[in-house]
Amino acid sequence: MIVSFEVNGEQVTARMTHPGSLLDMLRDDLGLPGSKSACEQGECGSCSVILDGELVCSCLVMAADVEGSSIITVEGVAPRDALHPVQDALLDAGAVQCGFCTPGIVVAAVDLFANNPSPSVSEIKEALAGNICRCTGYGAILRALEGVARGDDS
Amino acid sequence: MVHPTSMDEALAGLSEGVVPLAGGTDLMVEVNFGHTHPENVIGLRRVAELKEWEGVRIGAGVNWRRIEREGPKALAQAARTVGSPQIRNAGTIGGNVGTASPAGDGHPFLAAVDASIELVSVGGTRVVPWSEFFVGVKKTARRSDELIAAIRLPDVLPERHEFGKIGVRNAMVIATVNCVVTRDDQRRVTVGLGSVGPTPIRARDAEEMISAATMPTEADLAEFQRLVAEGVSPITDHRSTEEYRRHGAGVLARRLLERCLR
Repeated sequence: MIVSFEVNGEQVTARMTHPGSLLDMLRDDLGLPGSKSACEQGECGSCSVILDGELVCSCLVMAADVEGSSIITVEGVAPRDALHPVQDALLDAGAVQCGFCTPGIVVAAVDLFANNPSPSVSEIKEALAGNICRCTGYGAILRALEGVARGDDS
Repeated sequence: MVHPTSMDEALAGLSEGVVPLAGGTDLMVEVNFGHTHPENVIGLRRVAELKEWEGVRIGAGVNWRRIEREGPKALAQAARTVGSPQIRNAGTIGGNVGTASPAGDGHPFLAAVDASIELVSVGGTRVVPWSEFFVGVKKTARRSDELIAAIRLPDVLPERHEFGKIGVRNAMVIATVNCVVTRDDQRRVTVGLGSVGPTPIRARDAEEMISAATMPTEADLAEFQRLVAEGVSPITDHRSTEEYRRHGAGVLARRLLERCLR
């Protein structure tokens, strides 16, 4: 079946041949490999996207179910050639180790700040509870996001 | 895959072999791991009626995020322990009961307050008590021509109700034991438990014993804990052991009762 939807502000059409995930469609068919594929069961958060305004794991969204929807991936959180303040803050804090979890962390944090511009530390931790960093680099990630919450210039 | 926008349209598309898809947090794991390959899927995300929440009737399509914010206390507490923010945005209460995992975090509340599940088909509506809806591990009384339309809570909820969950971490965890204890203004206590049997259960002997105590003493609480532990039938699997779950059920129920007594 043919699925039409919006990704990062652009209207796209993709042909679906299987009941696969939105994650696979983004990566394999739409040339958007920023969302990472790891656990494929919603445990790790590395495939996080914003679907119709809500943060979800794209591995748990059936691709055929996004007909008419609007999706923001990590590629679309900031205008081309610019960075979102969350991305700037993560870079400045050295909060990227192997980098595999980073896209998911970025999308989850962007969603957090969109809904709550000055979250507390515990609110930041709770918002990131679904994102696993296998390097265990949570300290630097939290410091970076606490800076964003305080409105620090990066 | 079809994307109905109304209940009538959704029901018309249902038949044997058609798989209803709500939040996808259970079904897509099965798809991703190659355990199922549904050809005919009916996406329920756009059915507006399923998201309606009027008083004690919670539409099946209401997600955990909303229940976390707007639900009755113990159900909101349960909602907050479901997965992660991502999972709570996608996952719905209807999907939770439809999957009928023994560990479903919504189930102990439904058992403890004697909720019912509203099933709708082209032929009409039937309201099934939770105890008849859950029939086994991942098995329910839903027929293939029916959709789960809503969860119906009783008109009056017990004055006090508390949810608790034992697991290996705070977030993103499948329950080792989950439990809701309620106590009403007549001092009647109910105990709903999950992950300690193929379906959610009630600890009836413990309920009866403690409901007879006007002001429970230490000895009463100890006996209550013992009866809860005795009344469950857990298994040993990759998440925990039969012994630990049995012990945990008693401890958890007692702590929740103590909260209800405060």
